[in-house]
Amino acid sequence: MDRILLAHGSGGRLMHTLIEECFAPAFDLGQLCDCAILNTAAGRLAFTTDSFVVSPLFFDGGDIGTLAVNGTVNDLSVSGAKPLYLSAGFIIEEGFLVSHLAKIVQSMSKAAAVAGIKIVTGDTKVVEKGKADGIFINTSGIGLLPEGIDISPVKIKTSDVVIISGGIGNHGACIMAGRNGLSFTPPLKSDTRALNALVKEMLLCTKNIHFMRDPTRGGVATTLKEAATASGLCIKIKEQCLPIENQVRGLCDLLGLDPLYIANEGILIAIVNACDAPGLLEKMNRHPDGSNAAIIGEVLPAPSGVVILETAQGGKRIIEMLTNDQLPRIC
Amino acid sequence: MNGFVKLIHDITPPKHLKLMEVCGTHTVSIFRGGIKSLLPKEITLISGPGCPVCVTSVKDIDAAISLSMTPGVILVTFGDMMHVPGGDRMSLYKAKAQGACTEVVYCPLDALKIATDNGSSKVVFFATGFETTSPSIAATIEEAGDRGIGNFYVYSSHKLVPPALSALMSSPAVDIDGFILPGHVSAIIGKEPYEFLASDYAKPGVITGFSTDDILMGIYMLLLQISDKKAEIQIQYTKVVRPEGNPKAISKIHKYFDVSDTYWRGIGQIPQSGLILKDEYSQCDAKKRFSIEIDHCNPESNACMCGDVLRGLKSPPECALFGKGCKPENPVGACMVSSEGSCAAYYRYGGAADG
Repeated sequence: MDRILLAHGSGGRLMHTLIEECFAPAFDLGQLCDCAILNTAAGRLAFTTDSFVVSPLFFDGGDIGTLAVNGTVNDLSVSGAKPLYLSAGFIIEEGFLVSHLAKIVQSMSKAAAVAGIKIVTGDTKVVEKGKADGIFINTSGIGLLPEGIDISPVKIKTSDVVIISGGIGNHGACIMAGRNGLSFTPPLKSDTRALNALVKEMLLCTKNIHFMRDPTRGGVATTLKEAATASGLCIKIKEQCLPIENQVRGLCDLLGLDPLYIANEGILIAIVNACDAPGLLEKMNRHPDGSNAAIIGEVLPAPSGVVILETAQGGKRIIEMLTNDQLPRIC
Repeated sequence: MNGFVKLIHDITPPKHLKLMEVCGTHTVSIFRGGIKSLLPKEITLISGPGCPVCVTSVKDIDAAISLSMTPGVILVTFGDMMHVPGGDRMSLYKAKAQGACTEVVYCPLDALKIATDNGSSKVVFFATGFETTSPSIAATIEEAGDRGIGNFYVYSSHKLVPPALSALMSSPAVDIDGFILPGHVSAIIGKEPYEFLASDYAKPGVITGFSTDDILMGIYMLLLQISDKKAEIQIQYTKVVRPEGNPKAISKIHKYFDVSDTYWRGIGQIPQSGLILKDEYSQCDAKKRFSIEIDHCNPESNACMCGDVLRGLKSPPECALFGKGCKPENPVGACMVSSEGSCAAYYRYGGAADG
């Protein structure tokens, strides 16, 4: 590897290799997950950062501003923290329309209000035309981790249950449809949303959530593989239980993509104690952000680090991490 | 148990059977559907040479990379072609990271929009694929001519499926009991081009769709033929494939392309198995209009067993490079380069799981 490829940013195997070989030895990253947990005199803080470079900037269901707030809120939320404050850094290309910037900033303001957090600091840089793709946004976030909350993949145990909070692949499918001028009836909408309200309800229901992650880049498959690898256990999911909208299936069939690897921006995966799962699921289903939540699988003792998908016909296959960008098939 | 799975288990094969899925999309569907884990142990599915990305020659990949790095050229292709390694493991994807100008499209006609939006550039479509994609390339050349788009060129690396099957069957080492034949290709060419499998080699074939149930039904139809000692070409994928195929699409191919000998990566030269642009369309033939600097040696790795995998003689894990020196993120051989390649599908979906 002598040059950075687009796939180094796709959330899959190459990105993990880059983090492990380039960043981890140089930084104090601790556990490689979306948030750092900081022990302070005031209590435990969750701290995270994320950059947003989506194209197109505006899409059905939101825009880059909505994503920039919700994405960071969700990274904090799935660590169990209550999100409090965000920063917003903008890298803007010369010539970018001020009206577009205003629209994006308004979206950020609205998303922050919905999530109940404050954007309290920021930065703006402008680069020459051709040196950026319109606008890039970075948001960092701080949240407070309540006492007794300790969500970590090492806590996953045999017989735990895997729950997903909603439909798979909507955001990635919506973006790909937008990029390629494909329209669907009803339209494909991004699922971007803040998940902190749902997580709050979940944590009120049970403290036995062992793993929680929002499956963004790399999709559900990569997140499950991370959980299996970190726990040293096996995760088995049932294809028939996966909530996937028809439009998402249609786009995936059309382009030869696997919905399990498509990015999501408004769902989470939780691995929980089996006896808590029915009550938790019921609670999630009653919440608007979890109305399509479903139990999709279970944790098995072996084979270690493996994710198995059982197909509708009863066949079995191994789920691996995304290795490269998913690209459309030739035929 | 699924209905077709039960029917398959109820037929006791007279011996251990090897069935070949010719098409790369079938390979992926078989792995995605966990189909191998549903079949009796007496049935082995073997992946054939039907991934057009995998069999594109190193020379053609290198030519495409060279074109993409030529100032003033925009190279346009299908997504799958981006990761295919040419000589020295360079790919269009890696070339892009070095400043090469490449665009991925879903439909060849999108290349014409790129050509009209970039009038001062030369837009070259790197055209790969089998009979499924060649009619759309022909239609794009026609549209470019009708609209007077003079900065659109085609580098044809198209290949034909039946000659490859013929070459496969003429090899004494190959031992296949029946063929799961490609659905999309057959939608264009119909069933007649495969009849030689039944008449000359007494091998049954079933033109099959791509869902798990389609494939299971296709396998069941093959088993029925084998158990009845029949050898016919049948169509399971009747909702898409007509026996005569699509005569309009076939005539479009013949209008713009001549058949020629061509080199298949991992297999070698196969007579009359490629498509080149006819002389009267040489004004948009990138091979004739551009001076392409490439090394003509064949840099395929000696350790790579893709040739044997593509002919059904070896399964991917039998190759010493599989999963070690050869992975989807940095492939060596033809079968690891595309998501449809049998090694890539094997690597990604891991075959049948015990769970």
